[in-house]
Amino acid sequence: MGMTIAEKIIARAAGVEEAHAGNIYVVELDHLMSNDGTTHLTIDMYNKLKNKKIYDKNKLIWIMDHNVPCDSPKTAASQKKMRDFAKENGITLHEGDGICHEIMIEKYINPKELIFGADSHTCSYGELGAFGTGVGCTDYLYAMVTGKSWVLAPETLRFNLTGELRNGATARDLILTIIGMIGANGANYKAMEFVGPGMKNLTMSDRICICNLCVEAGAKTGLMEVDDIAKAYLREHGREAADGFVSDPDAKFEKVYDIDMGSIVPVVAKPHFVDNISPVEEVKDVEINEAFLGSCNNGRIEDLRLGASIIKGKKVAPGVRFLVSPASRDVYAQALEEGIIDIFMEAGAIVVNSNCSVCWGSCQGVIGEGETLISTGTRNFKGRAGDKNSFVYLGSAATVTASAIAGKITRAE
Amino acid sequence: MATFTGKVFVLGDDIDTDIIIPTEYLALKTIDDMRQYGFYPLRPELPSLIKKGDIIVAGNNFGCGSSREQAPEVIKALGVSCVIAKSFARIFYRNSINNGLLLIENSDIQDVVKEGDELTVIPGQEIQHKGASYKIGSLPDNLMDILNDGGLVNAMKKRNGLI
Repeated sequence: MGMTIAEKIIARAAGVEEAHAGNIYVVELDHLMSNDGTTHLTIDMYNKLKNKKIYDKNKLIWIMDHNVPCDSPKTAASQKKMRDFAKENGITLHEGDGICHEIMIEKYINPKELIFGADSHTCSYGELGAFGTGVGCTDYLYAMVTGKSWVLAPETLRFNLTGELRNGATARDLILTIIGMIGANGANYKAMEFVGPGMKNLTMSDRICICNLCVEAGAKTGLMEVDDIAKAYLREHGREAADGFVSDPDAKFEKVYDIDMGSIVPVVAKPHFVDNISPVEEVKDVEINEAFLGSCNNGRIEDLRLGASIIKGKKVAPGVRFLVSPASRDVYAQALEEGIIDIFMEAGAIVVNSNCSVCWGSCQGVIGEGETLISTGTRNFKGRAGDKNSFVYLGSAATVTASAIAGKITRAE
Repeated sequence: MATFTGKVFVLGDDIDTDIIIPTEYLALKTIDDMRQYGFYPLRPELPSLIKKGDIIVAGNNFGCGSSREQAPEVIKALGVSCVIAKSFARIFYRNSINNGLLLIENSDIQDVVKEGDELTVIPGQEIQHKGASYKIGSLPDNLMDILNDGGLVNAMKKRNGLI
């Protein structure tokens, strides 16, 4: 029987000929990513173990991004624990280099790999043909000590993309629309696979954006084929342009959706659920207090270029805070070189370092009672960005920037 | 796992991990410190009302959102004996088993149960409510062993001293 991309990656990691949805496999992990959100908890558990041994320290990549730079003695203590442990045990540690998933994609991920990350958006690696999935710190600890874990091979929902994005719609509008269509648990326990003739019209940044948000539909991971565009990215980032897996013609998909990207319009996810989707026009008079352009979902150079092209020569609306956070040090450097940071600064934006920022409601830019944020972040749950009685709308870099200028939710021209 | 009875607290669909324990309180030192903020954005009074052995009944997609393991830990620390929901988000599901929190999938009880009602759970068999019973599935034996041992780390220590 044919296999999907997800099944092939699990079969490879389990060292078996075939893997099929619904069965549990013991797998060897290729990378184990953890960030400062929970690594201190993993270390606490590790230190209580009888036999303290890391299976292979080269598999571990630790990245500080959630509270960078530290905002309190408590987070400073957590980070110190992480920093000291990494040093003592020879674990690769990134600090101030950017958001964990962006760094993993820029520097580490290869096609066909299986990655556990102690962060829900670890589903972001599918554009390189790799299966990343989020776990908690106990699962992480187990994999760190044994090199292995168990996975339930998922069913796959296949999205056949045709046409190209137009009418001001972006990849972010596409994935938000898909989440609205299938619901916040529409892909629970499943893989989402994106293929089709429309793929050639999506950049790597677009593809990362799509895979990254799959967990907001409940998915275990998002997956794509490794084509020339993905291979060019691997080469540009100093890695071998290896082949990925392709689903077999007779692979079994739970459902196949045909999506004409030309039909996608700019949308927002309204409070307090990511699947609460509306065209931007329907909420166009909602006043905002803050706008955020950044995050692992939408903080890459392409997103910053889009925002800069809209705000160039204009100003942020009086009384509105506009936070801009490039997704990584490399993205920040590129934006500086292209004059993009100057454009945001001249417009009155607050440009901050690369970190998770208000997307996870800590460190920077949290909002107060009754306030409204429009964000390129990943989630709009109640209280996610600050006070429990505040409101988050999710939109594209274009919508967020246009809204920052207008002071209310606005569709970019 | 023995039969148990508890008072019910009813929640809706898509109870996310930011509701179970908001980001703001994750920096607190221990789960006991965090416990009082459980469900704070939605039902801030819950931690003071939930008694040991009580049961949460919810709708679809319970535990969606982040991978923060503090979510099942806080629910367990509140004394909740189990969460019954129509469905659970996958990371939360793994984290709960790994921390010894019992989760039960059932889609019928939500229509009949009201907050404050008592439920009796016979693990792996049925839920009893006001004289009616509702069938529930059982976890595979190996996952049940992890639950009974109080989580994955304890189970591994006990089983083979691997960690």
